[in-house]
Amino acid sequence: MPTDVERWKDEVYGNEIREHLFRFAEEGWDAIPEEEEDAWFERFKWWGLYHQRKGQESYFMMRIGTPNGVLEPGQLRTVAEVADEYARGPVDNPEFGAAYCDWTTRQSIQLHWIKLEDVPDIFEKLEENDLTTQQACGDSWRNIVGCPVAGKDTHEHIDAWPVAEELHETFKGNDAYSNLPRKWKVSVTGCDQGCGQGDINDLAFEPAEKHGELGFNVRVGGGLSRKEPRLARDVDIWVPEEKATDIAAAVTELFNDHGDRDNRYNARIKFLVDEWGADKVRRVLQEDYTDWDLESAGDDLRDQYTYNAGGHEHGDHVGVHEQPDGNYYVGLNVLVGRQGVEDVYELADLADEYGSGEVRLTQRQNVIVTDIPEEDLDDFLAADLLEDYSPDPHPFMRGSIACTGTEFCSLSIVETKNRQVRYARWLKENVDVPDGVTDFHIHLSGCTASCAQPQIADISLRGMKTRKDGEPVEALDVGLGGGLGENPHFAEWVEMRVPADEVPGYIQNLLATYEDERQNDETFRDFIQRQEEDALQELADPEETDYDDPYMHNTKMTWYPYADDDDMDASPAPTNGEGEPISADD
Amino acid sequence: MATRLRLLDDAAWVSVNDERAVGTSEVWPVAESFCSCSLAWLVVEAFVDVGADGRRVEARPHGHCLNCGESGTAPWLPVGKVTDDGFELVEGVRR
Ligand code: HEM
Ligand code: SF4
Ligand SMILES: [Zn+2]
Repeated sequence: MPTDVERWKDEVYGNEIREHLFRFAEEGWDAIPEEEEDAWFERFKWWGLYHQRKGQESYFMMRIGTPNGVLEPGQLRTVAEVADEYARGPVDNPEFGAAYCDWTTRQSIQLHWIKLEDVPDIFEKLEENDLTTQQACGDSWRNIVGCPVAGKDTHEHIDAWPVAEELHETFKGNDAYSNLPRKWKVSVTGCDQGCGQGDINDLAFEPAEKHGELGFNVRVGGGLSRKEPRLARDVDIWVPEEKATDIAAAVTELFNDHGDRDNRYNARIKFLVDEWGADKVRRVLQEDYTDWDLESAGDDLRDQYTYNAGGHEHGDHVGVHEQPDGNYYVGLNVLVGRQGVEDVYELADLADEYGSGEVRLTQRQNVIVTDIPEEDLDDFLAADLLEDYSPDPHPFMRGSIACTGTEFCSLSIVETKNRQVRYARWLKENVDVPDGVTDFHIHLSGCTASCAQPQIADISLRGMKTRKDGEPVEALDVGLGGGLGENPHFAEWVEMRVPADEVPGYIQNLLATYEDERQNDETFRDFIQRQEEDALQELADPEETDYDDPYMHNTKMTWYPYADDDDMDASPAPTNGEGEPISADD
Repeated sequence: MATRLRLLDDAAWVSVNDERAVGTSEVWPVAESFCSCSLAWLVVEAFVDVGADGRRVEARPHGHCLNCGESGTAPWLPVGKVTDDGFELVEGVRR
């Protein structure tokens, strides 16, 4: 039987959703028939609008897809202006204020509290500046990710940016690929550091050499969601740069035809690769979807990968780095990927003043200002803004990533971003950084969808519930020792259902054990991998400390976790275009 | 009138007549049927199915017991009932 979502997509999907969206925007939130809301919300995702959770009816999260995380000069200011004018909710966030921008783990931008009535104006403004929300969510080609410094990096072998751009231009808004069985995530890496994170995408291009020519090896079927993490599988295919779009079309068509449309939980291509094996994927691609002889995989650069590879070298793009043209790029740490809108304006100003105006987003929720001439570097580094968004952050600040969580997301089990901010600050104040550690990854996801990519962190945190003193409280499952690199590894789940207020104490105890028991300068990841399964459990215990967690109660059942009166019944939603409550029985 | 039932948000919510009625992350006390505990404390992680028996709405939650750690999919358990005034959630122990 087709799923509800497939039925809804059969009726209306893809580009045509836009006219309906604009009609509803014109007529107002109330014009969506109640029994059609879920169908329309599913469709709106294709245009980057995700209805927020229960208690926040009529408000949307809006995602803007920036291929490869590149914001051309001027675009960051546009984003700030849109956030400033349209992304203000009924209540401020206690850490980030009234309006803010989120930089996501797939190099996109998320704004919240968007009202349907404002969508046409927002789209107009974005599109005037070559920005779009098209296909940022929904079952199609999502934002293409890659090395955030493509074209500006001394480690680069292929400039991945034109490749990503061509893929973007070919597959965005293309009706032939607009309704796939599920989301389709693609990564293009051109460097020898592995920072495209290809291993956790549905389709990955990674640099490889064949007959003395640089091109890409193709991997298929990675992804982290639903307690079923998979690394993209090597399907033994190499393509020259000019064939990247053709092979991408072929793999997408294969997915379109063979992906499971009867069961959304089995629909991602990772499950098809499980079922078929890499050999069959290759064979079917050759026989049914390509008209040239596929070449076998070339020599890759995976043994040089340093990005999130667990070593002592740089594992991200934070810091000052020289570009091949002699200018510099500077990666700034954005704790949990969220910046208040005043700071975003200031960042845009700095990028204009010292760089080319371009700003890039990384898959670690950070920002990069590019093209800064050497003689301006010191002035740039002295700017006030860099005190909060440091190019040389404390290791716990640097490594913290968090997803959206119960603040807005209906899948979430726990509060995430504000909690992770508090964790990072507490760890910085209270925990000794083990010798040699410059970058310690702690990723917090509110549920198993794994938007914060917990499985590839030193410490993985995933939302859960437990009982403490007889009461249900927010808790986290804790995993250890994940990361990417030549031999990527998903974290082992070690401590289950730790009450959220005992997690910082656990991390403190764990790092003390690591410091005591590590052999020489053994990295944390190696230390964890050396342990027997039983020993992992013995490494540390959760513990209450003076860390204070204001979000232990069931934040999912509040209308907004930070409202003074957070009771579901106190919600002003749904509201009209002016933000005034619409009474339910109108 | 037929009751419209549906799982939404990747099975994080049971929707009854186009309203999200019950979500994951709740802790349900469940009598006998889930694990060897006489009273299981079931953390609901996802819903596997939803159905109706007359006005009674039932679901099969997937999750684990906070007492013993057993995890799996529970048998059909009551979620609530459709009344003339709307949907009324079940409270207390589910059996
Ligand atoms: C309204 C908020 C959100 C909702 C409802 C949502 C929903 C989902 C769902 C359902 C999945 C699982 C995908 C699957 O099974 O195919 C997922 C995965 C993912 N989402 Fe989100 N998401 C939200 C916000 C975010 C945010 C804030 C980020 C980034 C910070 C993000 C980035 C990702 C990533 C990277 C994955 C990767 C999982 C994979 O590799 O398969 N999402 N999201
Ligand atoms: S990981 Fe879960 S809780 Fe966090 S944003 Fe993704 S879907 Fe929501
Ligand atoms: Zn039990």
